[in-house]
Amino acid sequence: MTAPAATAAQGAPATLLRRILLQGKYESLTMLRNGEQLILAVVLPLLALIGLTVTPFLDGFGASRINVAVPGILALCAMSTAFTGQGIATGFDRRYGVLRFLSTTPLGREGLIAGKVLAVLAVLCLQVAVVTLVALPLGWQPPASGWLPGLSLLALGAVAFTALGLLVAGTVRPEATLAITNLLWILLGALGGIVIPAERLPALAQGAVHYLPSGALGEAMREAFLHGSLNGGAALILLLWTVLAGAAAIRWFKWN
Amino acid sequence: MLRVVNGVSLMAERGQVTALLGANGAGKTTTIECAQGLQKRSGGSISLLGQDPGRSGADLRSRVGVMLQDGGLPPSARPIPLLRHIAGMYARPRSVDELVERLGLDTFARTSVRRLSGGQKQRLALAAALIGNPEVLFLDEPSAGLDPQSRQLVFELISELRAAGMGIILTTHLMDDAQRLADYVYIIDAGRNVAEGTVSQLLQRDPAVEAGTDHVRTLVFEAPPGLDFTGVLPDAIAVSETRAGSYVASGALTPRDLASLTAWWAAHGVMPGSMSLAARSLEDVFLDISGKDIR
Repeated sequence: MTAPAATAAQGAPATLLRRILLQGKYESLTMLRNGEQLILAVVLPLLALIGLTVTPFLDGFGASRINVAVPGILALCAMSTAFTGQGIATGFDRRYGVLRFLSTTPLGREGLIAGKVLAVLAVLCLQVAVVTLVALPLGWQPPASGWLPGLSLLALGAVAFTALGLLVAGTVRPEATLAITNLLWILLGALGGIVIPAERLPALAQGAVHYLPSGALGEAMREAFLHGSLNGGAALILLLWTVLAGAAAIRWFKWN
Repeated sequence: MLRVVNGVSLMAERGQVTALLGANGAGKTTTIECAQGLQKRSGGSISLLGQDPGRSGADLRSRVGVMLQDGGLPPSARPIPLLRHIAGMYARPRSVDELVERLGLDTFARTSVRRLSGGQKQRLALAAALIGNPEVLFLDEPSAGLDPQSRQLVFELISELRAAGMGIILTTHLMDDAQRLADYVYIIDAGRNVAEGTVSQLLQRDPAVEAGTDHVRTLVFEAPPGLDFTGVLPDAIAVSETRAGSYVASGALTPRDLASLTAWWAAHGVMPGSMSLAARSLEDVFLDISGKDIR
């Protein structure tokens, strides 16, 4: 080995876009290979979908059970992958020093976070495909005008939940992240206005759920896929959660 | 504000191995993590390849390889796909196959990081640090957990990289690592550097012989407790009874000094239970300087 040989092809970073795409792909595959994550991301939402179509919970909304259920199930998918899934994965990556190591490579901290958001969106696309394929034979009839506002809000919700998941993962121990994100998934899933509309919840919860990310996303998804309209107020609430959680994560996230 | 490090000043050159030597908790890792941009420093200045690592971007990171103390590799990953993934972050990475072969990673290519032994993890982490073909390489406790063969492999590779012009900065609490690898050593204690020099400079660092070129040696022997050696050896050579019956003479010992000592034993009918003569080690130097054992 000679000196020129070592310096001739000296280090240079791949382009930012390539680094983020690579990390997004790597994290997506890691999530899809994880059995527990798949249960949370696909199996539980599908079970909830079937549960809601065979019970009368969603009767009386002027639409078939499945038409009321699917938008909420898609919102639940976003919460599974972005909040609970990515939160737990990041919490353990932090424990094992993976975040520190990757932030010394050209990927850097910003690239790492962008890669994580990308992975969440990629997995969410697969979830939407699976839920759609299951729901259509069960009689789901989404209006064509519902897809654009629906998918846009779903993406916004996923970003908001990713910010929240990273906030938890970056501030408490991974075991606590595991407990918090799973518990909130169950609580918000059942009582957060995500799959069951606020009107059907206990009176005490009704007023509050509209301001929760779960309630705002669930509500907005139902409006999009039942009426083809964009709920601006809910979008604003999701945006606010994204900004608040993002700022808090930037402020308090501990990398080691 | 907790000041872990306060008063460390050091410089590393291309084509050299610079070692930060100190006991656990001395501030070695904090120092190099500031240099890697992993920790925010509250004061002082750091220049790495002419840039401030606290503010620099991907360009600087692509020229610097880092091997962390805990590896920092995802537990569920398999070695080769992981290396290929990291290689993708660089425009001109080294060949993954070549590194795999060189560091013997192919023997555990199908094992997940979680199931690797400490030494296997270290070798993989070294490969990950080298994959971008860096100009500067940081190694935090590189021989931790290595079996003797892996250690030899890693040391040979480090020597080769140095010969190729790479600047290598390593931390270690192992004297042997520093003695075998380092061109220049900084001894860190309680957050400041207390001594520095080449290994041979540090080994000669004794007030009595600093001016001369004699090598400092240490003679350890066991004899009946309570003997008084005053006047037997030159004043510059200190003889102390470290515990009852165990004596240490340290300094620029000459053959004449040894003769004087054994003549005194003969005259007083003293037969030592054991005796050993050794060149001074960095361990002795460290003990002298910090007043504590490195382990």
